Amino acid sequence: MTLTQADIDREIAELHAVAPKSGHPLRDFAPYRSSVLRHPKQPLVPVKDPEAAELTGPVFGVTDVTPLDADLTRRHVGEPLGERITVEGRILDRDGRPVRGQLVEIWQANASGRYPHQRDDHPAPLDPNFTGVGRCLTDEEGRYKFTTIKPGPYPWRNHRNAWRPAHIHFSVFGTAFTQRLVTQMYFPGDPLFPYDPVLQSVTDPAARDRLVAAYDHDLSVPEWSLGYRWDIVLDGPAATWMEEGR
Amino acid sequence: MNRPTPSQTVGPFYGYALPFPGGEEIATGGITVHGHVYDGAGDPIPDALLEFWQADPSGSLKGAPGSLRRDPVTGRVVGRHGVDFTGFGRVPTDADGHWTLRTLVPGNGYISVCVFARGLLHHLFTRIYLRHDPFLDTLPAGRARTLLAAEERPGLYRFDIRLQGEGETVFLDFTS
Ligand SMILES: [Fe+2]
Repeated sequence: MTLTQADIDREIAELHAVAPKSGHPLRDFAPYRSSVLRHPKQPLVPVKDPEAAELTGPVFGVTDVTPLDADLTRRHVGEPLGERITVEGRILDRDGRPVRGQLVEIWQANASGRYPHQRDDHPAPLDPNFTGVGRCLTDEEGRYKFTTIKPGPYPWRNHRNAWRPAHIHFSVFGTAFTQRLVTQMYFPGDPLFPYDPVLQSVTDPAARDRLVAAYDHDLSVPEWSLGYRWDIVLDGPAATWMEEGR
Repeated sequence: MNRPTPSQTVGPFYGYALPFPGGEEIATGGITVHGHVYDGAGDPIPDALLEFWQADPSGSLKGAPGSLRRDPVTGRVVGRHGVDFTGFGRVPTDADGHWTLRTLVPGNGYISVCVFARGLLHHLFTRIYLRHDPFLDTLPAGRARTLLAAEERPGLYRFDIRLQGEGETVFLDFTS
């Protein structure tokens, strides 16, 4: 029996009606079929140890990135196809403190919705001038900035006629390993939001909104690029002794 | 207090973006830890990504930059220079769901692990203990062994991660 979008819509609605309003995705969110066998059934074990190694975390520096890494449109001889954009924002901890000098990595599909990955067999064109990988370090105010092109939505095989809304994958480090975050940034007004079980796995609508960037006209550059702003808040505690040194 | 940005799955296509040459080699001349990652049906997971963070042999958790050191001219990842102990490793599982890490014995006895995978909407933390530790005695009965690596021969440890079901690995919560 073919699993249709209507089936998935119904499952999402049922779960949203009963599940607690959660700020992170439910790991057990069956409308996203791949989650079914890939989430623990036992409760997580809380760790309260003030000496826990996870209250500190990996450090990165200028040796780990080059300035060119933040411009995804200049990694090849020619210019990539698509709508040139900039994405910038600040990375903060739960107390609003900037996360300084930390590594931000992004990856994304090209303007046609295709990844240069062997297992992506979506019949959309690859762009020889676009790989879709970037990285940078946050500055003293916790700011990051990337120049790229707007990724296209793409089909996947979760159910019949499943499409992912356009998104950029983000990987972010805080000052503590507990603050580690891998997530996806979406674009405002995307009509695919309600159909996407990955986004809808976040049951609190206000939390889902925090995954959507804002178009910011002041960040757009005349005759050149459109600007989006997306701030990121990292969850999880950090060791207090680390704050001074960073 | 600021409300956190939700997690989302790492998805299936991180393979050309996040792994880097030498990610599995925090240091040479020490120990090797390896294992599989399994799903709830007992099948190996070929698209998981593991990150490791640990103390150096003296117990220091200061770390150092340079895990993914890059050539300033070409931008190519040249990797660690082998002098600084960065404490950070990143390893994708292979087609058999297997991973290998080369590192030094952490002074505090355990290596922290963060697990990402397609299908996993929010990462999971666990720990690899290389020797018995009082923390293991605080865990639910019968589950502590999931955090204790098996020494297969001197310097070679095995640590399997089971996301669900029989022998499910203990996963840790630091957020509350
Ligand atoms: Fe994606």
